[in-house]
Formats: sequence, C-alpha cells, structure tokens
Amino acid sequence: MTGPDAGDDPVEIDCRELPCPRPVIELARALPSVAVGGLLAVVARDPAARHDVPAWCRMRGQEYVGEEAADDGAPRYVVRRLS
Amino acid sequence: MTGYLDTASAEPLHPAAREALLAALERGYADPRRLHHPGRDARLLLENARAVVAECLGVRSDEVGFTASGTDAVHRGLLGLVSARRSRGDGVVHTAVEHSSVLHAVGWRPSPAHVAVGVDRDGRVDPEEVAAAARNPGVVAVAVQAANQEVGTLQPVDDLDLPDDLPLFVDAAAAVGRVPLPRRWSALAASAHKWGGPPGVGVLAVRRSARWTTPFPGDDGLDQPGGFADVPGALAAAAALQAVLADREETAARQHRLVERVRAAAAALPDTEVVGHPVERLPHLVTFSCLYVGGDELVAGLDRRGFAVASGSACTASSLEPSHVLAAMGALTHGNVRVSLRRDTTEDEVDAFCSALVECVTEIRAGAGL
Repeated sequence: MTGPDAGDDPVEIDCRELPCPRPVIELARALPSVAVGGLLAVVARDPAARHDVPAWCRMRGQEYVGEEAADDGAPRYVVRRLS
Repeated sequence: MTGYLDTASAEPLHPAAREALLAALERGYADPRRLHHPGRDARLLLENARAVVAECLGVRSDEVGFTASGTDAVHRGLLGLVSARRSRGDGVVHTAVEHSSVLHAVGWRPSPAHVAVGVDRDGRVDPEEVAAAARNPGVVAVAVQAANQEVGTLQPVDDLDLPDDLPLFVDAAAAVGRVPLPRRWSALAASAHKWGGPPGVGVLAVRRSARWTTPFPGDDGLDQPGGFADVPGALAAAAALQAVLADREETAARQHRLVERVRAAAAALPDTEVVGHPVERLPHLVTFSCLYVGGDELVAGLDRRGFAVASGSACTASSLEPSHVLAAMGALTHGNVRVSLRRDTTEDEVDAFCSALVECVTEIRAGAGL
C-alpha cells in the first residue's frame, strides 16, 4: 500500500529508551499534532512496540503504514492519522 | 484462596488429591520394580493411577505414563514421535501459538522443514493450512494444542486431515479436565497441577498404534519414563482427575457464565479488547488487553486489591519479550491480563474482581495523564 516518501515527511517521536507501554502512550499524545492524512513515526527499541503500534492503529481506527529503520538502525513505526 | 484467579498457571490441590497423596506417601514409597511386598504395593498404586488416568483419557493403561512435569511429557511425547521417524526427515509442523515447551522441543533440533502455522485474530489455526504444510517433504510430525493456554481458544484438532502415516502430537495441558478432548492423536501430554493434582507430575499418553521411541536415554516404555516414578504424586493426580471429571460439565457451565461476566466488564472498559475465541473457548479462562497500561502495573494493582492474575505482557516476562501468542494473534501485548477461575470461584468474587479491574485501569491511566 502507501509508504512514506520524500514529499511526505513524518513527524518523528523519539521513544528509543522508553519501556512498554510508553511508546504507545507517546504515540497517542502526539497524534493530535499531526494533520489528518499526515504521518507520524515512532522510533522505539522496546520489542512490544512492533506488535502494539499496529494493534493501537486497529483499535483507534488509524492506519499502520509499516516498519522501517531510523538512521541509527532503531526500528521506526509509521502511522497515518485518519481521524 | 479467595481472589486467586490464576488456575491456568496452577490449580490449588484438589481435596481428593490431598487425601490420596497422604495415604500413598505412607504406602507407596518402595520401588515398583521390586518383587518384595512393599515393591508390589507401590506397583499396585502406580498401576491403579495409570488405569484411572487411562480411563479418563479414553486409552489403555499401557498407553499412559507419568513424567516429571507437563513440560517433560511434551518433550518426550513430541520428540519421541520425531525420533521414531528419523530416517524420513526431522520437520515438525506446529501452530504458532503452542506452549513454549512445544516450541522449545521443536527448536531443540533446528530443521529447514519445521513450519509454524499462523492463527487468526481469535487465536485459531486453520486445519487446512496445517494439513497443507504437513504434506511438505521432510515433515515427520504435527503438533497442535487442544486449547490455548493463554487465551483459551480451542483448536480444531479433530478437523485435521493428515496423511495416514503422519503422527499428531496434542498438548492437552490446558484442556484436560476442562473440555472434551480431541480424539485423533498419536501422543498427548498433560500436566497434573493444571487440574488440581500435585505439581511435578506430567502425563504422557502414546497410542500403541503410534511409532514412538524414547528421545532421551532410557527404555522405550511408558512404565517409568525418566526414572523412578513418583507413585504418591501419580496416584494423587489420578484421584484429582477422576474427581474433576465427575462434575466437569456442571463446573464448566458455571465457569462459562462467570467468565462471561468478566468478558463483559473488560469489554465495557474504554480502549480494552477481549482476546481469544468468544465461543470456542475453555470455560474458566479469559484474557484481555488494556491500552496505555503496563501489564506489570495491572498485576501489581490487582494484587494489592487481593486478586492474583497472570499477564502475557513483556514487562511481566523474564525474557522482556511479549507473549508469542498475543503477537501471533495481532492482539495488543501490553496491559494484558489472563484471568482463570477456580472451581469454587463465586459470582460475588467475580463481581468484586470486575470492580477492582475498573478501578485499577482508571487509576493507572490517570497516573499516565490519559
């Protein structure tokens, strides 16, 4: 489906050092700062984020775009605000 | 015992087991292989235990043995089926939501022919997908649990259409004493402390028609797999199983209704999802996940309010990895709680738990500023 591209730079939140469930809490807090249709990226090393960011999107009616790697190699999970 | 809601980890000792255990500790100390009187006494108790468990499982006495634990029974059962087919390959097809003891047994001998079959959102495996994977070259055994230990979903084991010569291993630890068991299997494992027997007693059943050889040092029999039998433990396990099965349907119906109340209370919480199949499930168990809440905080908060529950969240695991079951289902892994009822859990206790849960989740979310 759609992936983040150069013209569509996501807002990034750094949750590298935060334990579960903090990355998802920060994601929920940051979402209102993104325009509907815009992208938000969570960088998190916590292994639960890989499952919980997509689950959060499903439960909250947002779109999970996919996982990529941040510049330092940390997993980065991209979300599109739908509402 | 009020407030203890973690019987899926360990059921308190059943009164029938306590009685049998105390009597057998006096009488069953000798080596059942000896021909002297105390030895023959111990042999009698052991054979009695095998006969009772065999009847409960619908098999013959010589198809049942007692092991050191449920994990030990799983390892011996599954690896024994694989060992007997060594010349044809080493691959095992299994569901992605098997108990860790099954996954560890599979991983013990890595093979390119191993296949983990995924599950749907309810944690149920598709029997056709398992059957298709089972036809891959190099596959010598299939492992499908009777019921899932974390979310309670029953697996469609009897719907599996496997090649005639391919053995099926069933981990029935979560299901024995709770629901009718699958009928079609080659080897089956269970664990006594999950039904109110003593800890340290596993049950391994292997059908005579199945090809099975011990995967560990020792004889190829089920008489005393793993060494000197715990005769009192085996007898107590058998007594508990018999007692539990005598009123299984009545207990299950009551627990099913009580679990329905917990499911409704959890589903009514904002941003909370109940996981596991709503109908095809174990009667006594329910699992749910709450957004923005740490599983460890939830377990601690409920413990302070007098309720003991388990959690599949990463922060409650020694590995720091979230539950592989929740992950395979695509369920939320944080804020996870598994509630499993005792046989004597009351409606009042369940209602008090539901109030404590609402209080606890609300408090933790407020603390996080949500």
